[in-house]
Amino acid sequence: MISTLAVMALGAIVLGAALGYASIRFKVEGNPLVEKVDAILPQTQCGQCGYPGCKPYAEAIASGEAEINLCPPGGMDGVRKLADLLGREVKPLDAEEKPKQLAIIIEQTCIGCTLCIQACPVDAIVGAAKQMHTVVETLCTGCELCVKPCPVECIVMEPIAENLDNWKWKYPVIEIKRAA
Amino acid sequence: MLQKLFKFKGGVKPQTHKAMSVQASIGEAPLCERYYVPLHQSIGGKANPVVSVGQQVRKGQLLGAADGWVSAAVHAPTSGIVVAIEEYVAAHPSGLPTLSVVLAADGRDEWIDRQPVDYSRLAPERVRELLRDAGVVGLGGAVFPSHAKLTAAKNLPVEHLVINGAECEPFMTCDDLLMRERAEDIVRGSAIFRELLGARQVLIGIEDNKPEAVAAMQAAVTRLGEDYDVVAVPTRYPAGGAKQLIRVLTGKEVPASRRSTDLAVQCFNVATAYTAYRALAHGEPVTSRIVTLTGNVEQARNWDVRLGTPMRAAMTLAQPRADTQQYLMGGPMMGFEIPDLAAPVVKATNCLIAGKPAMFPPPPPEMPCIRCGACAEACPHELQPFELYWFARARNFGKTQEYYIFDCIECGCCSYVCPSHIPLVQYFRFAKSEIWAREREKQAADAAKARFEWRNAREEREAAEKAERLAKAAASRPAKPASSPTVASPAPVVAAVETAAPEVVSTAVAKSDANPAAATADPTPTDAESIKRATIVAAMERAKAQRAAVQPKNTSQLTAEQAKEIAAIDARRKAVAADKQATADDGGVADKP
Repeated sequence: MISTLAVMALGAIVLGAALGYASIRFKVEGNPLVEKVDAILPQTQCGQCGYPGCKPYAEAIASGEAEINLCPPGGMDGVRKLADLLGREVKPLDAEEKPKQLAIIIEQTCIGCTLCIQACPVDAIVGAAKQMHTVVETLCTGCELCVKPCPVECIVMEPIAENLDNWKWKYPVIEIKRAA
Repeated sequence: MLQKLFKFKGGVKPQTHKAMSVQASIGEAPLCERYYVPLHQSIGGKANPVVSVGQQVRKGQLLGAADGWVSAAVHAPTSGIVVAIEEYVAAHPSGLPTLSVVLAADGRDEWIDRQPVDYSRLAPERVRELLRDAGVVGLGGAVFPSHAKLTAAKNLPVEHLVINGAECEPFMTCDDLLMRERAEDIVRGSAIFRELLGARQVLIGIEDNKPEAVAAMQAAVTRLGEDYDVVAVPTRYPAGGAKQLIRVLTGKEVPASRRSTDLAVQCFNVATAYTAYRALAHGEPVTSRIVTLTGNVEQARNWDVRLGTPMRAAMTLAQPRADTQQYLMGGPMMGFEIPDLAAPVVKATNCLIAGKPAMFPPPPPEMPCIRCGACAEACPHELQPFELYWFARARNFGKTQEYYIFDCIECGCCSYVCPSHIPLVQYFRFAKSEIWAREREKQAADAAKARFEWRNAREEREAAEKAERLAKAAASRPAKPASSPTVASPAPVVAAVETAAPEVVSTAVAKSDANPAAATADPTPTDAESIKRATIVAAMERAKAQRAAVQPKNTSQLTAEQAKEIAAIDARRKAVAADKQATADDGGVADKP
């Protein structure tokens, strides 16, 4: 009886010590789930989800505070991926889905106030005070954050047109030809 | 000729339809009025235009310079005037436009000053550069810049150089005719490639349904005293695929996601070897190519067509029959339907086929996959097309990559044998382009994230630096007498609130409604608006007073001479001002009659 208890107690102590050691030795800094969620988000840093950037939104999703359908640039595709990752229900997007777009500064109107430069989260706008600004196309994420601060409304968002570089083969469907 | 040949798995034997276009020799296509030369005619970087609108150019003159190492130049197909550099419909299944140089031919067809080089004396790097600047690319259809394939790995000398004259696609005979008529130049071009690569053995592979080409090449090799092996390989589609031909000739099988150079083998098309020779030994850049015009036409023939010729103009040479409904670029197995015949002939255009419904009947409706495995048996790359099909259809792209979708060469054998008429290749193309698009998006997202993080770090650093600066300024402030605030420094407001004189503070934050200083400025405020206005007025008053109080320091200790000078200048200024005033008054009067 006593020996049984002793064996059990010994086992408990040994296993407890092992667990305690492991929890210190293999401690994971930060929440790895946040990284995974962040990798799915489109990194436009637009704040349309109500969080100041993609990382904060990822943190909110990982902690269960936020819904997964708040990211318009990610689209339904993003929602589906997040649902897959987190085992949550797929929900319709909480905004209308827009095609990818690009900010364009109308150069004739620009007064060089630098407000858009300060607003751009990815430093995609170049220019100096009282000099014309311009958007570096390849860096623009289409987040629309520069549109509001512009005092002369010279920034427009234009959907990215299909060109030879981004053209894709379409999903094969049987074409129904019109009867002549 | 006791070459031991190997076999590649799978493949099909479609009807070749080659006989109709080999009756006549290669024709020289006549000049047409306008040429539309796309600047992007090779894999890799887009060529940058180096001509301007209105410029007179001569045949072979550089129109677009190569952008980077994996890129090739483009040249004027004839002499004439650059009319425009604009977006023009591309020879592409989408029919989307691409930046092109529009050239109005002047009919003289004058060459530039062609400068042949003695390539055997030049450094290999220089030869590669010359090839790039002559626009030599793989003319088998893949248009990969040839010079980029001509760098031998240091640790692995190239053993076999394979010259590809197999030409397995039905209808196509451009390489066949080129070998029959210009065999010697092909052999000389192969010699250039061999020298650059240091290849031990050169193998020229030609399908055995082209005995004339084999004989011509053999004769040329003997005549030039080379030790190349001209090998007739069994006719079976796709024997002309680089990896298949390498397999047949050398027995080496290129593993998944690897290149043939990893096995010390390099492969070039015969037309590529020909253009390389012309470029170096004759100084003629790639301005035209042999195009097979065939199909539902009166006169199927091969033509030497200038690059940039609109396909419609090229096709009229073959006289398409009236019931022609569609046009294909490339062969019927791997080619695509041209959406717009205005598109120009480019370096990848090896064949143009006029089609009628009887020749290329519309595909019967797609039936369900019955998992018969016929596609897997036909696949020359030993892939499992039916598995790839399931995953591509379900948009499960991760799985398609696990099944090596990127080893698919889109040869079309699987679709050809499928009893359910499933357009398998279309599914694979769809999956590939989706995967590429996602890759691009992922890269863009990663770059955006990195830039965002850098920006945040920079802003934090700047804020910290500013706070430090202000703290320093605040620390040094009590040493100075607080009674002489300088007007010109309203900046360090935040940190200076406690230490600076109250006037400065109220000047800087005067716009705030809740400022107690505002209440004292105007003793009878009725509402917030008037408080604000009064505050502003008071602030302006104070600023004026301060400005008046400041004495210009640079005039306090002047020498007599300087004082005199200043007085003189002031006098002049006054005189000028008075003068202006007078003329303005006069003018005003004079203008009004």
